[in-house]
Amino acid sequence: MTAQTQSAAEYALELRGIDKHFGAVHANKNIDLKVEKGTIHGIVGENGAGKSTLMSIIYGFYEADQGDIAIDGRVLKIKDSKTAIASGIGMVHQHFMLIQNFTALENVVLGAESGELIDESLDKARAELNRLSEEFGLSVPLDQPVEELSVGFQQRIEILKALYRGARILILDEPTGVLTPQETEHLFKVLDSLKAQGTTVILITHKLREILAATDNVSVMRRGEMVAHVKTAETNQEDLAELMVGRKVLLQVDKGDSAPGDVKLSVHNLSMTDSAGVKRLDNVSLNVRAGEIVGIAGVSGNGQSELLETLAGITPVDSGSIDLNGHTLDARHPMNPSQVRKAGIGHIPEDRHRMGLINTFSAYEAFVLGYHRNHEYNGALTMKQAAIIADCKEKMERWDVRPQDPYLKTANFSGGNQQKLVIAREIEQNPDVLLIGQPTRGVDIGAIESIHKRILEMRDAGKAILLVSVELDEIRSLSDRILVMFDGTIVGEVPADKADERTLGLMMANIVPDEIKALQAEEPA
Amino acid sequence: MSQHRIPAWITVGVIPLANVAMAALAAALVFWYLNINPLEALQAMVYGAFGSSYGWGYTLYYMTSYIFTGLAVAVVFQAGMFNIGGEGQAYIGALGVGLVCLGLGGHVPLFVLLPISIIAAFVFGGLWALIPAWLQAKRGSHIVITTIMFNFIAASMMNYILINFLKPSGTMSVESAVFDPSSWIPKMHEALALIGISIDRSPLNLSMFWALFVAFAVWFFLWRTRWGYEVRAMGSNASGAQYGGISIPKTVIMIMIIGGGLAGFMALNVVQGEAHQIKLNLVNQMGFTGIAVALMGRNHPFGIVIASLLFGFLTQGGSELQFEYSVDARIVVVLQGLVILFSGALQNMMKHPIERLYLRLSSNRKKTSEELAAEA
Repeated sequence: MTAQTQSAAEYALELRGIDKHFGAVHANKNIDLKVEKGTIHGIVGENGAGKSTLMSIIYGFYEADQGDIAIDGRVLKIKDSKTAIASGIGMVHQHFMLIQNFTALENVVLGAESGELIDESLDKARAELNRLSEEFGLSVPLDQPVEELSVGFQQRIEILKALYRGARILILDEPTGVLTPQETEHLFKVLDSLKAQGTTVILITHKLREILAATDNVSVMRRGEMVAHVKTAETNQEDLAELMVGRKVLLQVDKGDSAPGDVKLSVHNLSMTDSAGVKRLDNVSLNVRAGEIVGIAGVSGNGQSELLETLAGITPVDSGSIDLNGHTLDARHPMNPSQVRKAGIGHIPEDRHRMGLINTFSAYEAFVLGYHRNHEYNGALTMKQAAIIADCKEKMERWDVRPQDPYLKTANFSGGNQQKLVIAREIEQNPDVLLIGQPTRGVDIGAIESIHKRILEMRDAGKAILLVSVELDEIRSLSDRILVMFDGTIVGEVPADKADERTLGLMMANIVPDEIKALQAEEPA
Repeated sequence: MSQHRIPAWITVGVIPLANVAMAALAAALVFWYLNINPLEALQAMVYGAFGSSYGWGYTLYYMTSYIFTGLAVAVVFQAGMFNIGGEGQAYIGALGVGLVCLGLGGHVPLFVLLPISIIAAFVFGGLWALIPAWLQAKRGSHIVITTIMFNFIAASMMNYILINFLKPSGTMSVESAVFDPSSWIPKMHEALALIGISIDRSPLNLSMFWALFVAFAVWFFLWRTRWGYEVRAMGSNASGAQYGGISIPKTVIMIMIIGGGLAGFMALNVVQGEAHQIKLNLVNQMGFTGIAVALMGRNHPFGIVIASLLFGFLTQGGSELQFEYSVDARIVVVLQGLVILFSGALQNMMKHPIERLYLRLSSNRKKTSEELAAEA
């Protein structure tokens, strides 16, 4: 090993034998990691592989049971995040930790004030931030409340916060989940210029493509262990996926041609204003035919959730109308979610924790949510528990939900298995129309493969499928037609074969390229 | 993945017991301060509550009331809401029971009257909860605020009704006429005397059996019927419930009527079983104590029966203390307060250390068995 001949100070961060238990769970097993100074180092792994635990140990949220952390060659005890910050570690969390009604400037200064009066701190920070913004291409409107800024800007503020505190090692946890492809590209440019100035960047993500695009070295975690350290230039997506999962994975699904039939779901001029008076859906129209998958792309928060929830009967319709498998749903003919289900619509919600499951329920109880009034599950007075459990067990087996224990609390299944529970529940009721939101959010790569296969099987069985996802790869590999949403409107439609990343990215920012305009002029919807 | 490997006997057995033990220790300090030997005080309480059939009678009589008011809180809590209106709902339930007994007592036999008074207790208590429920479901007024206010409204309204309508003319005290004896729920000592068992006179009456049955029925409702399923779904994840086609307003209204009705049942014990007339302030804080009972009983019907027995013991044993050592009558409230403090507000104080201890012990045990296996 050449590492032994190098002086330790060439590593900005070095972990030796980090071990961490949570009760009976062994979250990190004897982890070694060396991050070279001035590089971008990627860490990949499935959910529950222990990435977040490891980062929390580095940032001082948890203390390791065993092992050493060395920063710039010096072994340090990082007891809390204060020590971590003082040692030059900065962290940008997946969920931003910003005070919404503070300005960018105030957020940056928060917790790093100097002097008695806030004005001095703000002035000092303003000068420093202007310098940092210029140097790294991180310009942000400093005096606007954070709540008025886009997610991309909010993320920049988080990065500035870390840099302002003197971070020389910057950890970013799933930073691209909320960004458009163009914003992601800009972020990577920022990371490159940080690297050029000598900052070390640790990038945690589950998107292999981004790892390949942005990093110098990659470390792969699986089940609490570090299974590989490789140079990015010497690896590819397939190899990384195999290292993460521990077996060969098909990243691209084989998709035959679609055979669209009758229109099963059509939306006419649908608009919706929320309780705060903000227009969430603006004159949305679309059709989904039997036997096709229509994908809805867009940065999260542009009306996709509202569209799905309106179609599912959860949010009432303000204006416009919906034809759901032959049933009319509009302001004068409202339908509640159980009526929508009875009309033959299945709904896999975007957020399984918020909607799809009841976390305190056993698997078999969560397995009938929405169908709990069905005859087969009910006697005159009681629910037929034995029948429900038997049914749940059978479907768990068919869908390979692990562990196959109908009594286990839903909260105790892994993300992928929870999602399989929800998908199995909705698909097994054999609906004609499927509304699918974020089917693989927080799901392991291995499970993604099987979920995608099932969705395509449903299409080939003649179901009409509306798919909402913020993962462009997912939209592109599953959809037959793609609609792009921006600010509650549908920007345009792209056939799957014309949907390259650049086109979709532009449309997600409300810019329709000329060739798509021409296409739409040809065949008016 | 699972971090929940704590077995149920620890959660529902060891931890509550440890909490009560902490409360007992704190109570011991209070007694020590009052110059009373804590062990003797405990002895006096236990003897007062369980030492004779007289003591048992009082303890179980209180337990009966607490089961009803505790369930009234717990069943609503299962739907994710906090019903603080048990006090008022029980009071209005008493009006229902009283009207039935006053109107029908002496005209119809008990086996006809009793079902009617049971229904009246439920309907009056339930309707009193319906108004806050409706306000919450349709207008978004918070049920904690409205149910508290409805306690005061109930108290004032009962004042008015008692003084203007129910008080027999020519009497001084604010209470209704005594019901016809044929409408009284039989006392336990009378019932047992019929089969040749002799126990002391006490307020304990047959409504205790109704309380135990109702506790079972509440469990059955919550965990065996689809309505209970909907209630629990809403309580644990309201947007998930809505996604599942469960109507939130309907469920709010249904569960509040049930909660109010359960509180109303308390009147069967206190009014039809013991006082035999509607009196001012007859609920006497038992509605509020129901909150503590529900908390202590983890909002589970069976836990509530046990917690009610504990609170019955505290109430009866505490009043014995008052005779024995002539301490202030409010010593009962102090003891209840300590139990609430340690098993409610400070419940995690004991929970985490005990769970950690258990995990350490169990992983040691596993290790040694692995070592044994390795050796073999």
